[in-house]
This record gives sequence, C-alpha cells and structure tokens, in this order.
Amino acid sequence: MRAELKNKNPSSGFVAWIDERFPLSSLITNHMTKYYAPKNFNFWYLFGALALVVLVVQLITGLLLTMHYKPDADLAFASVEYIMRDVPYGWLIRYMHSTGASMFFIVIYLHMFRALIYGSYKSPRELLFLFGVGIFFILMAEAFFGYLLPWGQMSYWGAQVIINLFSTIPFIGPDLSEWVRGDYLVSDATLNRFFAFHVIALPLALVGLVFFHLVALHEVGSNNPDGIEIKKNLDKKTGIPLDGIAFHPYYTVKDLVGLSVFLIVFASIIFYLPEMGGYFLEANNFIPADPLKTPAHIAPVWYFTPYYSILRAVPPILNSQFPGVAAMGLAVLVFAFLPWLDKSNVKSIRYKGHIFKSWIALFVVSFFTLGYLGTEPSNVWGQFSNAIPFIGGIDKATVVARIFTVTYFLFFVLMPYYSRKDITKPVPSRVVYK
Amino acid sequence: MKFLIKLLFLITFIFSITVHSNELIKLDKAPIDLNDHASLQRGARNFINYCLNCHSANYMRYNRLTDIGLSENLIKDNLLFTAEKVGEPMKIAMTQKDAKAWFGAMPPDLSVEVRARGADWVYGYLRGYYRDPSRPTGWNNTVYEKTAMPHILWKLQGDQKLNPERQTLELTKPGSLTAKEYDTFVGDLVNYLAYMSEPSKIKRLNMGYYVLIFLGVLLFLAVKLKKEFWKDIK
Repeated sequence: MRAELKNKNPSSGFVAWIDERFPLSSLITNHMTKYYAPKNFNFWYLFGALALVVLVVQLITGLLLTMHYKPDADLAFASVEYIMRDVPYGWLIRYMHSTGASMFFIVIYLHMFRALIYGSYKSPRELLFLFGVGIFFILMAEAFFGYLLPWGQMSYWGAQVIINLFSTIPFIGPDLSEWVRGDYLVSDATLNRFFAFHVIALPLALVGLVFFHLVALHEVGSNNPDGIEIKKNLDKKTGIPLDGIAFHPYYTVKDLVGLSVFLIVFASIIFYLPEMGGYFLEANNFIPADPLKTPAHIAPVWYFTPYYSILRAVPPILNSQFPGVAAMGLAVLVFAFLPWLDKSNVKSIRYKGHIFKSWIALFVVSFFTLGYLGTEPSNVWGQFSNAIPFIGGIDKATVVARIFTVTYFLFFVLMPYYSRKDITKPVPSRVVYK
Repeated sequence: MKFLIKLLFLITFIFSITVHSNELIKLDKAPIDLNDHASLQRGARNFINYCLNCHSANYMRYNRLTDIGLSENLIKDNLLFTAEKVGEPMKIAMTQKDAKAWFGAMPPDLSVEVRARGADWVYGYLRGYYRDPSRPTGWNNTVYEKTAMPHILWKLQGDQKLNPERQTLELTKPGSLTAKEYDTFVGDLVNYLAYMSEPSKIKRLNMGYYVLIFLGVLLFLAVKLKKEFWKDIK
C-alpha cells in the first residue's frame, strides 16, 4: 500500500512524507476524487451537503457566542443583549446561530423527505439511515437545550412544558423530571446543565454520528432518484461504475451552486428577517424569564410543532397525559422502522405506484397541517356546535389534529401492507440522465 | 424548469410560515423610520425626559446615541441625567422595592420592549389612555386594559373619554399639544424605542446588500464553473 502510493506521487516530496505517516492521498482519493456518485442526482440530493455546512456554521458561531454568553439565570438574558449590542458583530454571530438552528431543521426535513421518496433507507442503507435518525434525535435535543439559553419567557416556559412531559411517565415521572431540572422548577441549575449539554455533550455526539453517517454512506455508496445500484453496472476494464462520476470535481462544483443559492436565502433571513415573523425568534423571548408570569400562549419553535400537535391531540387516558407524550415520542421514533416497513420491490417513487404516492402525499399534508396547528392555540378555529354528536363542544382544531395524527401514524403502520399491494413500474437497468 | 418549480416550493415553504397575525385590536401603524435622525433624536429626548425615571434601559449605553447623529458632547450636556460617564448604560435610581410599593410592579426595562410588544402596540398604547375613575391611577387604556402605568403624558395629550358603544376615544380636555402634535411626539418616541431595541439594525440592513451582491457573484461564478465541468458528462 505504502509502496503503491509512493509510486503514484514520485515527485511530491512533502505529500509523500505525510503519506508515509498519515493516509492523506488515499483519503482524498477514496472519498473525493475516486469516490463515484451516481450522475443523476437532482435537487433533493443537495441537502446532505448543506446540512454539513450548517453544522459547521453552528459549531463556529456557537463557539464565538460562548465567549460572551453567561450561563447564569441572573446574567444570561443581559449577556445575550450584550452580544447583540456591545460585541463587535455579535448581532451577526447571534443571528447566524439562531437562523442556523431553523435552517438546520429545514435542510434536515428536506433531506429526510428525499430519503422517503427515493427509498434511501432500503437495503443496503439501513444502518446509514439509522445513523441519520440518530442525528435527527440528537439535533432535536440540541435545539431544545439551546432554546433555554437566552433565558427569555418562551425559553423558560417552553423548557418548563417539555420537562413536565417527563413527569407524566408512570411511577418514576415526577422524580425523573425533578432530576432533569435539578430543582423544583426551571432555575439556574437547569440553565447550567442545559448549557453543558448544548455546548459539549450533544455537539460531540452530533459530530460523531455525522462521521459514522458519512463512513456508512461511503461504504455502501449513494442511492439516486432512480433507486438503481450503480455498483451493479461496472466498467469491465476499469471497475468504475458506468453511471458514476467522481465526487470531486463534479459534485463539489455542483454543490457549490446549490450552496450559493442556499447562502442567499440564509443571508436574506439573517439580514432582513431574523425573527421570521416570530417563527425563528419569538417576540415573547425578548422578555426576561419570569417564573411568576406564565405567558398566555406557549408555542414551541416551528420545527417542533408537528410533534407538539400530536402531543396535544391525544386525549388523556385514565387521567394521565402519558399517552400523548408516548405518541409524540413514537412519532419521532417511528422513522427508525422505515427500512423494515417498506416491502416494495422498488426504491424510488419514480417506479412506485399510485397507492404509495398517495400515502406519501397524505403524510406530507398531515405533517404540514400538524405543524401549522402546533403554532396556534387549540381553540384557533373555535368549537363544534353542541348539536353535533360525539364532537360537539370540542375544539375544531383538536379534531383536525386528531385526524392527521392518525393519518401520520397510518402512513407507517400500514406501509407493509400497501407497499406490497402497490403496482410498481419496471425499473431500468441504467440510471436516467437528462 | 423542474428545478425552478422545486425552488419555488422551497421558497413558498419558507415564506408561508411568516404569514402570521392574530391581533385583537386594530392598531395604527407606528411611523418607524430608522434613517430619520431628527425623529430619532427627538424620540431620544422624549424618552430620557419622560420615561427614563421609572423605566430603565439597562442594555443601552448613552454613547450609542452617536449612531443617530449626536456627538458625545451633545449627549453629555443635554441627555446624561442618570449616569456620570457617557459610556454607561441608561440606568434608573428607583429600586424594585420602592416600585412595588408605588406602582404594584417594577416598570419593565424598555431596552427591548418594542421587540417583545411590537412598535404598533407601543404606539397604540401611548395614545390609548382614557379617564376611568374606577382605576387606582384614574386612567385606563384601550390597548392594555387595567394597565398599572399612569398616563405620564397627560399634560401633553389632555383627557380622553371612552365611548363604550363604538369603542372609540374622544378628547374631552385638550392638552398642551394638539392631537397631531401629540401623535408626532409619540411617533418619535416609538421610533426611538424601536431603534433602541436593536441599535445594530441600521448596520444590519445596510450590510445585507453587500453580502447579497457578493453571494450573487459567487452564484454566477459557481454556475459557470459547474457548466464547464459538466460539459463532458453524458
């Protein structure tokens, strides 16, 4: 191996020196210049790379923010305002971080949707997909912990609501939520531990999982919009996939185009819409946390709202809110079962039949409707008239949320059935390009 | 074309989530113009003379007012009432304990109040006072019912009476300013409060153009580069 590399780079003395001690050239070759990706990637294949960029943006801006932020209940709110006013370009760093959090979720949701429509979770990419689901979990936790840090009213009461969810767990609940808070109510102790999780534990886990996600990806190779394994059609002479092109330079330059468009959107929000009408930064969060004043309407940040809706939609059973909490957890966890739920003999939506397409459409509608309803109080559409049996007097929005909670889960639960029944189209042997 | 449709989908997705309004009362639009230095300077004067006795602005430093065209000497000579040095924040002398006894609650710090309430809300609030003998202060407010704050600007605005049927306010005793002058006075004040809630906004809005132009050039070059490389992919 070493001798072989030496022969490859006979002239470059310094690189050879490094290669004898660290596999620099072979890393670049194996993962960039001779890593072959399908040539038919489309729009949807951009978001993995973008997620990586956003991760780096969050790590760097986060690092800079910690240099001025004070994780102390008495100082936290003021230190954020100090960053916004007195730290040179502190406002830019903070807006990059706060906008970055929302952009992270937009990118990740689109990335997940890509996996869903092109069957990227199917064999042999189950582990790759599971690492991705793990990243999604960690990202949600990371966002939740980070949201407490500005110590505004929404930070405080949002954390209060979420931690109280643990107290609904039978038997151990109340003790568990107290253990999580480190106090009888959300306090300085909670802020400090959330800070520790947000800046050390979860970023480490996130970076580790992203590394494994990439290792798994480069082991099995990328899926593509046709769902065809390009490794099955190799050039007899070179052994290179016939439908594959080198990641570098082809996809580095292509991703650069997508990245530029993404950065234009990102910068437009940072400079002109950093609050995004109250969705990225909530107005109530400009009021310092006050344990004695509960805001009239507590809504989580937009990226949690579909799950929050599911939580609210499930009625209490035997006076316990736990079923709602369990449903919310399950709604996130259920993605991990996708590789084994989809029994279709094709991967891509291009060759799937109408049944599967309809279910995906219904799932998307459910997700968006639940997401919207989660941002509003449950009486937003008023109540049904008392004259109607069963649903009379109940909030209209709650009934709608219940219907879409059911369809959200049916998409997964019925998948083994309808994916088998679906009439698929024949898959060509080579990818479709242009 | 397909790409464009998808891009549109992405953009509508992002912007559909910005449509958001659930106001209970119809509020007038506050005259916010961060480039109007004269208005901001009048607003700063109004704020320091009328508000900064009970309300602090702990995150705002006096010398930040150089942003809106004032010199440090002007600030020192005319506005520096609650601090000794021009680099100090706008603090107040009233303690929380006293405030509780006098008003029932500590008047909120106003540094970021406009970001929490919205400029239109503050503009409506300061113009929404009316006489109500049932309240301890003798005043009530159409925008914020049962407000604990007395009508500090009553000498300027005069007395208003609520017409309970139409929910409108009528001037019963004129103050030292005409209705139009009073609106301008409050408008300047709210403009200043909006500026103070995010002093870096002026820089942010100006800087954005350069960043977007740079990214536009980057996009142009990236597209050219991509086309050049992908010529040979068939």
